[in-house]
Amino acid sequence: MEYPDGLHYTKDHEWALEEEGVVTIGITDYAQSELGDVVFVELPEEGTVIKAGEPFGVVESVKSVSDLYTPVSGEVLEINGDLESEPELVNSSCYDAGWMIKIAVSNKKELGELLSADQYADYIKSLK
Amino acid sequence: MKRTVLYDRHVALGARIVPFGGWEMPVQYAGVLAEHEAVRKRAGLFDVCHMGEVFISGPDSTAFVNGIQTNNVAGMAAGQIVYSVLCDEKGNALDDLLVYRMGPQSWLLIVNAGNCEKDYAWMAAHTGGARVTVQNRSADFGLLALQGPKAVAIAAAVITFPKELKYYNFALASFEGAEVIVSRTGYTGEDGVELMIPAEKTVALWDALMAAGKNAGIAPCGLAARDLLRIEAGYSLYGHELEADIDPLTAGLGWVVKMDHEFIGKGALEGLIPARKKIAFTLEGKNIPRQGFTLLVDGVPAGAVTSGTFSPSLQKPIGIGYIAADKGVSPGATIGVDIRGKRAPARVCKLPFINPGVFK
Repeated sequence: MEYPDGLHYTKDHEWALEEEGVVTIGITDYAQSELGDVVFVELPEEGTVIKAGEPFGVVESVKSVSDLYTPVSGEVLEINGDLESEPELVNSSCYDAGWMIKIAVSNKKELGELLSADQYADYIKSLK
Repeated sequence: MKRTVLYDRHVALGARIVPFGGWEMPVQYAGVLAEHEAVRKRAGLFDVCHMGEVFISGPDSTAFVNGIQTNNVAGMAAGQIVYSVLCDEKGNALDDLLVYRMGPQSWLLIVNAGNCEKDYAWMAAHTGGARVTVQNRSADFGLLALQGPKAVAIAAAVITFPKELKYYNFALASFEGAEVIVSRTGYTGEDGVELMIPAEKTVALWDALMAAGKNAGIAPCGLAARDLLRIEAGYSLYGHELEADIDPLTAGLGWVVKMDHEFIGKGALEGLIPARKKIAFTLEGKNIPRQGFTLLVDGVPAGAVTSGTFSPSLQKPIGIGYIAADKGVSPGATIGVDIRGKRAPARVCKLPFINPGVFK
């Protein structure tokens, strides 16, 4: 399992990357591994305003379904349209080509409440 | 939690292990979609050692076996297999099973892992003075399912059995001096065999099949692929389409309920008009119907999903469920599935969802 440094993590297994006020969100290696083959990712429309901790979408794998929770509040600037035809990118490239949404973050302080890579790795260990 | 003799093989192959029916079983190795493709196009090997094996023998064994399940087995020849249902007095399903006629006074029943002890106790309690011996020998045997268009050729490279072996027939063969029951059966819709062998020889047989199938692209397959393949093929699974409150007629298994003999539950099933009907459906959207989701007719709750998945063969979500019979829903109709509060339109269709290369 890989949890890259520089990303922020949630206990719901999303990651967040902040670059100049824009936060990219996806799910972690642990999450994609637990889900198994992803076959559909339901994402919000661009322009939707979402609140930290609330569901913004759904990821369906062959065997299970999970809500996606946003780690930070803000307006959805962009969704990853490639996931429409290639949902398997979530499995093969969860931190890169399998990203889900980009948000214009409304309160950067929310990032400070998230886990670091080391903290998240410890949290995963505690689940086992 | 029990482990099969193949547990170490699964771990070495990188399987994800989950609890299932009291056993720690591999749910997937490379991934459910890759395993599904292996079985539909090449061959997949499944550890089904968790399944239960109950042997019944004795002078009254034929009458006894005929009386505890719904199919009529009296006319079966040695070497034949039938699918059947074990019912209680109310006609509800205790389990579904395969019945093997081993000889004139000798039978083998293969039952679900999670129901095996319950089934065995039920059978033992219903001998009613018949001259039979009922033995739960699940721990003595391993069971492997080799499925897919290349499965029979791979099996034939390892063990010798008649090539003309027919669907739902079995032959006795040998592997490293041990007797193997080779059945032309399976739970995927593909051609293939199921191999029953003494427990201590199971790992060697697994290894031999994996080696013999290497060039043909054999893949070890887990429970997730097994479930996906059986849903596409329209087979029932206990705990989903069959349950303690579902009778075989409601479950669409009337073809294995024969009223020309006496069996436990017959009185309840005779003349029964099911209040629910089993239906299959595909969805136009991409959300997957899951077990327990509500089925809607004209927007009103009328039933529930028993199994649902994403079909790689059809590239769309598919489901099976029960719906109130008086709604008159039949193939071609459009119904709804309540998927987390949203109504997803579904088109009712016939089972199976696909017609793979099943050998019959």
